[in-house]
Amino acid sequence: MNNPLDRLRLQLLWDRLLAIVEEQAQTLIRTAFSTTVREAGDLSTGVFDTNGQMLAQAITGTPGHVNAMAASVGFFLRKLPLDTLEPGDVLVTNDPWHGTGHLNDFTVVTPVFKNGQAVAMFAATSHIADVGGLGFGPDGRQVFEEGINLPIGYLFRAGKINETLIAILRANVRDPRAAEGDLYSLTACNKAGSDSLLAAMDEFSLDNLEAVGEMIIENSRAAMLEEILELPKGVWHNTMQVDGYSEPVDLVCCVTISNEGISVDWNGTSGTSTHGINVPLTYAQAYTSFGVRCVIGNDIPNNAGSLDVVRVTAPAGCILNAPRPSAVSARHAIGQMLPDVVLGCLDEPLKGQVPTEGAACLFGPVFLGGEGMIAGSRSEPFVMNAFYTGGTGARPEKDGLSCTAFPSGVRSTPVEITENAAPLVIWQKEYLPDSAGNGEFRGGFGQIMEFGHSNDEAFAVSKMFDRIDHPPRGRHGGGDGAPASVYIKDGPVLKGMGREVIPAGSRMILKTAGGSGRGHPENRDRDSISSDELSGLISKD
Amino acid sequence: MPAATSSSVTSSSVIRPARLAVDIGGTFTDVVLELPAGERITTKLLTTYDHPGSAVLEGIATVMDRAGVAASEIGLIIHGTTLATNALIERRGANTALLTTEGHRDALEMAHEDRFEQYDINIDRPVPLVPRHLRLPVRERMNRDGNILVSLDESTIQRHLSVLDNYGIQSVAIGYLHAFVNPIHELRTREILADARPDLSISLASEVAPEIREFERLSTACANAYVRPLMESYLARLAGELKAQGFLCPFLLMTSGGGLTTLDTATRFPIRLVESGPAGGAILAQRISEHLGLDRMLSFDMGGTTAKLCLIDDGKPLTSRSFEVDRVYRFKKGSGLPVRIPVIEMVEIGAGGGSIARIDKLKRIQVGPESAGSEPGPAAYDRGGNKPTVTDADIALGRVYPEKFAFPLNLARANQSIQDNVAQLLESDINLAAFSISEVVDENMASAARTHAAEFGMDLAEREIVAFGGAAPLHAARLGHKLGATQIIIPPDAGVGSAVGFLLAPISYEVIRSRQQIVANLDHQLVNDVYTEMRSEALAIVQEASTSNNLVETRQAYMRYVGQGHELAIDLPPGPYTDLHRALFTEAFEQTYTNLYGHRIEGIDIETLSWTLTVSEPATQRLRQPNLEPDAPLKSIGEYSVFDAETATRRDVPVYLREQLAANVFINGPALITEDQTTTVISSSFNASINKLGCIVLTKKQTLGENSE
Repeated sequence: MNNPLDRLRLQLLWDRLLAIVEEQAQTLIRTAFSTTVREAGDLSTGVFDTNGQMLAQAITGTPGHVNAMAASVGFFLRKLPLDTLEPGDVLVTNDPWHGTGHLNDFTVVTPVFKNGQAVAMFAATSHIADVGGLGFGPDGRQVFEEGINLPIGYLFRAGKINETLIAILRANVRDPRAAEGDLYSLTACNKAGSDSLLAAMDEFSLDNLEAVGEMIIENSRAAMLEEILELPKGVWHNTMQVDGYSEPVDLVCCVTISNEGISVDWNGTSGTSTHGINVPLTYAQAYTSFGVRCVIGNDIPNNAGSLDVVRVTAPAGCILNAPRPSAVSARHAIGQMLPDVVLGCLDEPLKGQVPTEGAACLFGPVFLGGEGMIAGSRSEPFVMNAFYTGGTGARPEKDGLSCTAFPSGVRSTPVEITENAAPLVIWQKEYLPDSAGNGEFRGGFGQIMEFGHSNDEAFAVSKMFDRIDHPPRGRHGGGDGAPASVYIKDGPVLKGMGREVIPAGSRMILKTAGGSGRGHPENRDRDSISSDELSGLISKD
Repeated sequence: MPAATSSSVTSSSVIRPARLAVDIGGTFTDVVLELPAGERITTKLLTTYDHPGSAVLEGIATVMDRAGVAASEIGLIIHGTTLATNALIERRGANTALLTTEGHRDALEMAHEDRFEQYDINIDRPVPLVPRHLRLPVRERMNRDGNILVSLDESTIQRHLSVLDNYGIQSVAIGYLHAFVNPIHELRTREILADARPDLSISLASEVAPEIREFERLSTACANAYVRPLMESYLARLAGELKAQGFLCPFLLMTSGGGLTTLDTATRFPIRLVESGPAGGAILAQRISEHLGLDRMLSFDMGGTTAKLCLIDDGKPLTSRSFEVDRVYRFKKGSGLPVRIPVIEMVEIGAGGGSIARIDKLKRIQVGPESAGSEPGPAAYDRGGNKPTVTDADIALGRVYPEKFAFPLNLARANQSIQDNVAQLLESDINLAAFSISEVVDENMASAARTHAAEFGMDLAEREIVAFGGAAPLHAARLGHKLGATQIIIPPDAGVGSAVGFLLAPISYEVIRSRQQIVANLDHQLVNDVYTEMRSEALAIVQEASTSNNLVETRQAYMRYVGQGHELAIDLPPGPYTDLHRALFTEAFEQTYTNLYGHRIEGIDIETLSWTLTVSEPATQRLRQPNLEPDAPLKSIGEYSVFDAETATRRDVPVYLREQLAANVFINGPALITEDQTTTVISSSFNASINKLGCIVLTKKQTLGENSE
């Protein structure tokens, strides 16, 4: 492969594969029914070689799918080997342990054939709004309560839809049209990817992807290892405690950097929770891996070569390798905390070039009210699921970002859209002064929100909030971020997790956590101090 | 000083006054004079940043002189400018404050609370145009129906006056929650401010962008307020100078939506001018597609810094109401300031003649989005640049004929920059390194086009490509090959395509109102009332500039299934509406939805969020038939050594002068066609001819073994 023209051809083909999976993702976003896919980018798409090794993955809003989808294709091939498949076959599962960690995520895999030979596979995952059971939330005690579970199987066999499967799915979810529509949308995006891949193979006169696959994987692995070679070798530890559902959860992390790569082990982490915040291993691997990759080799595309260099393990039975039939619906509540723990381990070997702890987990209240939702209510029924954020931790040479999602990449919902969708009034939604951890570089600010019913009726809220008892911790002399809190205005404090009713005439206050700071506050430069004071976000003292 | 001046001869049977088009771009100011007989005289000058009007006046003087035309003979001046965009990018606008609903002063900064790039911990969110201490909370609140929950507390506005004074505020945006449904609080606030501070420039969010979604609406209003004083004084001064020079004709402005509007409207809503240059280019491509009866077209505009691609189906460019100014992070979505204005939708990527090539840690060639710009420019320009650019690669490959270039090129410097930064690291020779740079930038553009098409549910295969802008004709053949295009069309005056497009644009104006309605329970009276109001607003603006008694009205509604996040623009029949229209609207939405997504969804309500109305003149400006020699013999002006990838060797190819090509010309590639502002590269797998509009048309040869050329 020393001929420059051949190398150029392989590079162009790699660029093309990256473009094809972006195209695949755009097709999914455009055709998906689920709003979290369209608005928040809660999806992933990728192309795999015939051994199930990922060659390219689209960059979308969720790190939670990064390794999870790659691992998922391996489970598909183990159950349904490629040589048993034929053109027109489309496979599906939403099994949390074989997919991306909770029942709402459906993964669809489509093999691609050229001249009768399997040459590649496309996979796509998206979040389907409702899968039956208790609904999206942490209140389940076993996965059985959380909705329907489809094991790995055929969605289409030789081009023919699996009608039994669709009938079972339709009978078990609240919104059968959306669920069915989203499965078609996943199928369609894999089809779009397959068509483009076959066209590219014709254009480049290729019968298989072996040469380009080998080049992608080897180059990416080599680039990762080269970057790791420059890091100090050794073992680093970090522990972070978070609120959990009803009792604190310890996340215990050990990172080993060697010339062969980086391993992350979660030995010592708390056991499973009684409720739905447990994390299947693939999802823990995804967020752990993101914690490493956002600071090491962050410009190297995700594929089998680059992912393989970071190995993640967690002992069976801990909350990060939760066995069946643990409840896992709100696995993001714990999963999104993992990058902060990993980054804490990497602070020393990376000489401080990592962010400090932030709010991390999204604040996602689900509001419910009206007839059928609140006892005795006769008014407009509604369910409104919104996402809000706190502050991120301080960066190596910069302040943290105020009210910004990290590590997740989802978007929040506009006040006017929320108020149009539900009889709610958001009286306040503003940065929360003095919520950022101080330091040479301060954290990002959290926010304060005040929610009321437009007719002052009672309404319910299902909560998945953390960082109330365990605020983000600062480093190198920087202060902690302010803790999150949720309470009734001029009234009692509410729990961080689970469903509660806000009585008639009352309003709910939610304060999201601020990011933590880094470095001693006395080293903060005067301009930054005056600019914070001018903005009114830091009280003068 | 004009960088280049040229003319092309066209003819027409209709007599009408001469017209001028002026496009101020980031690097160049282009002026096109179209004479009554259809002859076009063009000039390109460097933009004069301190006094943009001076390049405009100098360019006008140049073309008027050359044509021997007097100011009194000009019937219309059309102007498009990137000045508002530049003011936003360089943050050179007015000291601006925002008055907004108490409890929500940070909506402008919180935006969507997301990161536009997952894997970079050091990204910065776009900095709002109005800092927090100038976002002033006002006690008031409407609910979603526009009913008052908290009355306007006028004393809070009075108290903010001292802040406006202390910070030397020249311009104020007023934006309250739900005020797009009921603007009385915004209107009253303006009254109070105007009384107290008569010199303040005031922009109301409910007038600039009367649409649901507070962040985008406030962002648009603040951007409008921020550039308004500057644009007001620039436009007034230019209009005054033109009048003083004897131009008594109408002076119209090109908008981002592809229509023309009056000076007065442009002054009140300068934010509508931000993308006028690219819109002009898309209009040119659209009119070519209409004229040639081509219903599937891709317009391809490649300049110094970026490439812009626009899909045009059935003679209609894709349009939308969202645009981001100043995408600071690799042109990535979300890294700019959103504005909600009518725009011609296009994808823009950092791929231009000035885009810089480098080798990344994966040993891959990366091209752009960093650009050498016009200063220092490509290495070959010999102005201190030493990084290899796309233009350097083109020059090294022999695609630019130096003898016809506007200024001397330093070939050795181009080669050296490629040798040092690419060839050496790849262990390849200069030819292959330069070819690799060119291939990668072409592949980047092809990928952007594919993703854009996928995003809008459109098909890219078998399109005609219209290529214009200085760098496009050099790359169009290869891009066309990658996208499976049937033909590549390079219009006359391709180097000043945007300004030519201005001359073809109709006078038009679009207005919008957000009124959420479930289609099945549509309150047709409410919708009719809103449309009556919208029509008079749009008519008033269009009739300032147009005397046509043939004005066309079009309507669209932004509709979606309840619960979805994004709306589709649906064409509506003319009003007034009755109960019967519920079924019609439903049918129209489901039809569009099915076309895009392949299926409709039963049993879910359809809702409309916003309603638009556009009043426009019928497009009467026709493309002229050129008056070419019917069959002059084909004469080359020389031969030039061009790199041929198929054989990996250089070969001598003939060079033709565009102005010498006859109507019946047929050129068997490879060849170069050179003109003042660009070169058309005909690779070995294309033939070239000239069509009835004087465009160069590249057609794929019907041969085997065409994997690369």
